[in-house]
Amino acid sequence: MIVGDSKPLEEILEMIQGKEKVLVLGCRGCVTVCNVGGEKEVGILATMLRIARKKAGLAPTVDERTIERQCDPEYIEELAEVAEGYDAIISIACGVGPQFMSERYPKVPVYPGINTTFIGGALEHGVWSERCQSCGNCLVHNFGGLCPIARCSKSIMNGPCGGSANKKCEISPDVDCIWHLIVEKMAGMGRLKELERVWPVKNWITSRDGGPRKRVREDLKQ
Amino acid sequence: MRLQYPTNIKIIQLPCSGRVDILHMLKSFEDGADGVYVAGCMEGDCHFLTGNFKARRKVNYLKGVLAALGIEPERVEMFNMSSAEGPRFAQVAREFTAKIKELGPSPVKKAKAA
Ligand code: SF4
Ligand code: SF4
Repeated sequence: MIVGDSKPLEEILEMIQGKEKVLVLGCRGCVTVCNVGGEKEVGILATMLRIARKKAGLAPTVDERTIERQCDPEYIEELAEVAEGYDAIISIACGVGPQFMSERYPKVPVYPGINTTFIGGALEHGVWSERCQSCGNCLVHNFGGLCPIARCSKSIMNGPCGGSANKKCEISPDVDCIWHLIVEKMAGMGRLKELERVWPVKNWITSRDGGPRKRVREDLKQ
Repeated sequence: MRLQYPTNIKIIQLPCSGRVDILHMLKSFEDGADGVYVAGCMEGDCHFLTGNFKARRKVNYLKGVLAALGIEPERVEMFNMSSAEGPRFAQVAREFTAKIKELGPSPVKKAKAA
């Protein structure tokens, strides 16, 4: 899923300063699962903003709404009747949400209420960890199912580097050296020999380095 | 046992203090409560093992939110007491009420009245 963090309340309050009618818009996709942008979080953020407004003696018009997904135009369309009646919309979906919203409703300023951080998974309730950098050419099977692109601080394909110590990465004792784990895993599987393969420089064209990406499926296109 | 505790306290019953939600506490402040406290079981005595620890973490989180909103973080607290300790319940109720009275009405309410 796409993981994100709430923006500091102070930052959001500053964004909507002077805006009378505000809508906090959630999404039932990834951000609901990582507890940052679903119906519950919409309620929490909107309540905080209403408290701030009441305290300042302002009209506390902060409405709440959560749609199925903010990355699909059909759901964005559901707001057609109401969107432009707001002075500000705070989208707490991933970065796609505020963009799709402002593309469809150009008259309303749309603000991001969260910082989109990474593609990852839940390690336990309340803890998420990065797993993929969407490089566009997945190779994890060569590394025991552990991604050196997303999980090595230097994204090196022929690791570990000289900074690997006591299973940890040189950047921090809290970060596992993924190359240590790759070697352990491959050894455990009796596949150590495969790591002798020397990987040439990765072609980053499939990643962001090739510019913004777009995917067209002719078989699905209408 | 009949014990006196301040009548201005509104009790919201929950099956476990761990069930308390940030939203319950925030809504109370939105609706004009001057203070909110969570009364949970003694640490180590939770029937669901960690409910009271989770409640304390939520209370601490909310303190940060209140601070960001410019509201005294002391307006929200967590207390641990055993269900067999009626007198302690009444004592905490009196002490917390006294502390909130000292802080005065919630700034949320004051603005509304103005
Ligand atoms: S190799 Fe690329 S696509 Fe595969 S997990 Fe790593 S970053 Fe993601
Ligand atoms: S110590 Fe390990 S994870 Fe860190 S940069 Fe080196 S190889 Fe990558």
